[in-house]
Amino acid sequence: MAVLVYAEISDGEVKKSSYEAISYAAELAKVTDTTVTAVLMGEASSEALDSLGKYGADKVLHANDSKLNVPLTLPYTSILAAASEKENADIIVLAKSSVTDPIAARLSIKRKAGIVTNVIELPDTSAGFKIKRPIYSGKAFEYIELVSPKKIITVAKNAVPLKEFNKKAQVENFAYTSTDADNKVVLKNVEKATGEILLTEADIVVSGGRGLKGPENWHLVLDLAKELGAATGCSKPVSDLNWRPHHEHVGQTGIKVSPNIYIAIGISGAIQHLAGVNSSKVIVVINKDPEAPFFKAADYGIVGDAFEVVPKLIAAAKALK
Amino acid sequence: MKILVCISNVPDTTSKISFTDNNTKFNTSGVQFIIGPYDEYALSRAIEIKEALGGTVTALNVGEADTEPTIRKALAIGADDAIRINAYPKDSFFVASQIAAIAKAENYDMILMGRESIDYNSGVVHGLVGELLGIPSVSPIMKLDIEGGKAVVAREIEGGKEFLEVSLPFVAGCQEPIAEWKIPNMRGIMSARTKPLKVVEPVAIEVTEKLIGYQLPAPKGACKMIDPNTPEKLFDLLKNEAKVL
Repeated sequence: MAVLVYAEISDGEVKKSSYEAISYAAELAKVTDTTVTAVLMGEASSEALDSLGKYGADKVLHANDSKLNVPLTLPYTSILAAASEKENADIIVLAKSSVTDPIAARLSIKRKAGIVTNVIELPDTSAGFKIKRPIYSGKAFEYIELVSPKKIITVAKNAVPLKEFNKKAQVENFAYTSTDADNKVVLKNVEKATGEILLTEADIVVSGGRGLKGPENWHLVLDLAKELGAATGCSKPVSDLNWRPHHEHVGQTGIKVSPNIYIAIGISGAIQHLAGVNSSKVIVVINKDPEAPFFKAADYGIVGDAFEVVPKLIAAAKALK
Repeated sequence: MKILVCISNVPDTTSKISFTDNNTKFNTSGVQFIIGPYDEYALSRAIEIKEALGGTVTALNVGEADTEPTIRKALAIGADDAIRINAYPKDSFFVASQIAAIAKAENYDMILMGRESIDYNSGVVHGLVGELLGIPSVSPIMKLDIEGGKAVVAREIEGGKEFLEVSLPFVAGCQEPIAEWKIPNMRGIMSARTKPLKVVEPVAIEVTEKLIGYQLPAPKGACKMIDPNTPEKLFDLLKNEAKVL
């Protein structure tokens, strides 16, 4: 028996959210008195493979194939299903994302496992297997009991603690043979930004809204983000106006983020935007309108002109280093 | 093209969320229900494809009788007919199993829905339906075209996009900007009243999870205001008070 966990790599590095999922799996393995097997797909450095033990993996199954360097739902699902069968895993843990959602779903049917998504803490196993998760984009929580013998859990990003177990994981190669079913979806091309901090994985996010008046002023957002090591986002009107690309749009119909610090510059705080950010630990709002609804959802607020306030913040952020 | 679009009946984004019956039931009083926004993108794209290539668009909802106004709206937007599976949509596996049971008998070329419903935010129904039917599923997609009998889609991955060619039939979870939302016109609204809406009883499925209850988050503390003349004070507070920097 083992707890199986999916270790996702991006740009050759294991995602922070995957380390969180591994730590979570390791805590679960302690409770259920078993071990953790991590599955990594695609090419990876030995440092990346070794790092999985640090956060709690006892064993790593590596499907080392360059064709798996981009996330493809069908082969990824087949590999995880085969790995969980080999390891006799009753519990499979994945870090929740729009990429893992379909994998977790298909896996649950293949393994006849119950599935709970977006989990934010360890289950209560004192009687049964009780789980807490946010619903209505964070406006409420749901408590459910997973009653199926096999279970799949997707863990919300930046919600569970990253813990160092400092294990030495044994790495095994895990062969993958693609099937005809996999070929029903053919990858034609990938466009992926490299060297950028992923919005969904970032500890700090700096976002700009229409209050910045135009794309020519975006250096304020970019410079502040650069000084803080932050990812950059924007509001829906900004991506609709093509000031910024759609993959930066934070909100209900865009990307949902859950960083430690979310800094909103010139964003009024429409409820659709809040739905994408209210899992953030601390929200900072900079807006010249003291009546902007975003202040009601914020922890820290600055009522002022972004063109005066942000340059001062950039200078202060430089001095932090 | 025979297209099935699965729609969720969800509280409008601006709804105030509360619960009744000792925190075990969603309080529907005063809540406006809508077609899930992501599902509405899926529906709009389905209608555009039908208009270009011919075929039919069927809207499907798993819900009790009170979801019919939402289903009629889908018909007003342009679906040809609708199916309501007469059951409370208690969890993703339940909903997906009901959709799969209908789809097995109907041979749809594609089954579209939103990438997630905005109430439970699980984002797994498309994948569950795909695997239950043994056909591919792709999500979240922001572009969908039919070329040479195959679907050409763009899928958002973190920090980028994948461009995929998918064999029919398939399931897709959609998001913007796959299509522009369609506003129902008067003719659509009038004809929606008479378009066929079939009510089907649910199939029995295995229970995998049980609801214990709901909880509202603790109320948010007041926002601490910082003097705009000394905004650098922010970093001191983030470091020493909030301890997040």
